[in-house]
Amino acid sequence: MALLLSSVALIVLGEAIGSTGWAPPWGAQEPATATQILWEIRLPRSTGAWLAGALLGLSGAIAQGLFRNPLADPYLLGSSAGGTLGVALLLVIVGISPVAGGLAARVGLSGAAFVGAVLGVVLTLSLARGVQHTVRLLLAGVIVGFVLGAVVSLVMLAAPEIMRTMQAFMLGTTGFLGWPSVGLLAAALLVSALTAVACARALDALTLGESAALSLGIPLSRVRVILVGALALATGTAVAQTGMIAFVGLIAPHLVRHLCRPTHTALLCLSAVAGGLLLLAADVAARGLVAPQELPVGVLTAVLGGGYLLWLMHRQPVRDQA
Amino acid sequence: MNSSWNRPVLRAALSRVAIQRYRILGAVDIELSRARWTAIVGPNGAGKSTLLRVLAGLQHYEGEVRLQDRPLTNWKPRARARELSWMGQHVGGADDLSAQDIVMLGRLPHQAWLAAPAKADRDVVYWAMTQTQSWDWRDRPLSTLSDGERQRVLLSRVLAVRAPVLLMDEPLTHLDPPHQADWLRIIRAQVADGVTVVSVLHELNMALQADELIIMASGRVVHQGPPAAAETHAALQQVFDHRLRLVCADGQWVALPETRA
Repeated sequence: MALLLSSVALIVLGEAIGSTGWAPPWGAQEPATATQILWEIRLPRSTGAWLAGALLGLSGAIAQGLFRNPLADPYLLGSSAGGTLGVALLLVIVGISPVAGGLAARVGLSGAAFVGAVLGVVLTLSLARGVQHTVRLLLAGVIVGFVLGAVVSLVMLAAPEIMRTMQAFMLGTTGFLGWPSVGLLAAALLVSALTAVACARALDALTLGESAALSLGIPLSRVRVILVGALALATGTAVAQTGMIAFVGLIAPHLVRHLCRPTHTALLCLSAVAGGLLLLAADVAARGLVAPQELPVGVLTAVLGGGYLLWLMHRQPVRDQA
Repeated sequence: MNSSWNRPVLRAALSRVAIQRYRILGAVDIELSRARWTAIVGPNGAGKSTLLRVLAGLQHYEGEVRLQDRPLTNWKPRARARELSWMGQHVGGADDLSAQDIVMLGRLPHQAWLAAPAKADRDVVYWAMTQTQSWDWRDRPLSTLSDGERQRVLLSRVLAVRAPVLLMDEPLTHLDPPHQADWLRIIRAQVADGVTVVSVLHELNMALQADELIIMASGRVVHQGPPAAAETHAALQQVFDHRLRLVCADGQWVALPETRA
């Protein structure tokens, strides 16, 4: 509840911070221009940032429950590497051929990123030969991440002119979010959140181990397929719209668990809200801290997220798993 | 009582059970009757836990397992989960859930999809947790409990299914003597209610309190019989290298270590 309220408060704050620093819409000299800036730029950007963060927080909670590992990250199925590669290839194509460039421009960067992200996940799944073996799935994700990452580096080396755009994508940015993006993000969030919450009890049972979950009559294979699908949809959409935003998906569930000890139904919902709040706060800070310049929001989440995780790690006595 | 009362609840006729091409169990043929407590004993690596997993439908096997005269593979997972409650060894994870949430998981096979727990479910959880005296720390996360307290919560989880067949793998691990005695009392009460209990036990003295013993060694059932019978004692001596001294105290058989080589 408190999380939701602070989200709303932050959206309002997000409206007030513009390219020239603190510039609240109220009391502006030209009301018409102010309204336009507010409606066309700041509001979709803030809403979009919240939604993207919510998607990442949700995927983090799904991944950590599904893989029974508190360090699981929404990107671990290869979606980030795939998305990055998609963007890199698109930029190269735009660069070399005007005809293909026209086509590519219509697909758009986020389209390429989404296709790349989904292909990354598909590649991981096929390497792991299905979703039933979670350790194999994790390893396949790591392999796909490394290999596709290497391909991206190769592409960037061959076409250095795409370097700047690539860097912006890899650091993550909320600067390109318009109303269409907001619609896409909202739809993806709705679908994946409902799917995940429908499987929440299975995730609870899974905390006792796979055998115990099976013995309780949970259709584990089906649940895995569904949840990996939701995970891919959520991360793919988020990566496509905002690039690689570090740490939000990893941190959000930890933040929630630190505040209360929820079952997965609550954990999934609260992680989404917390993720949204985190990314929005980072976005507002990124715009406000060094205005009129703007920090890449991914840099900010990485620094804040890393710091928070470190603090959490040293605060909690680690219980050794016998 | 209907006619199925005297028929075995569980019957396993296995030809072979392998895990990654390693043969764990050979030919095994056992029957478990209703309202009896059977303890499975044997040296390490005898295949006790695997047999229990086979009975719970968690392990691939060659042969046939019948639950209430129906092949286990024909049961729908949820229906089977209401009939068979299984508890494994060393449960890791689950650190964040409260003890009460864990026990409530035992009600999953009874709850409709997405339905909130009903009052009946909460009543069963209360009952199960008072049985193991774990109700007092129902709101504590599992990670803050000691190993023994954790084990009692997991026991309540198994009881909360209210299944007519309980399968427990090393249920006494980490329990102190008073709570081992409590476990014995709970099991006896369950059996008196018509529940069939199968437990893998390392503590021979507890196992000797069971209605029946299944003695295993290297993937085979060496003997199945009541704990007081001479044949059972002979089989125990055989699988434990004749390093036991079985004595009768107060009408109860106990196994002491035989120190003479």
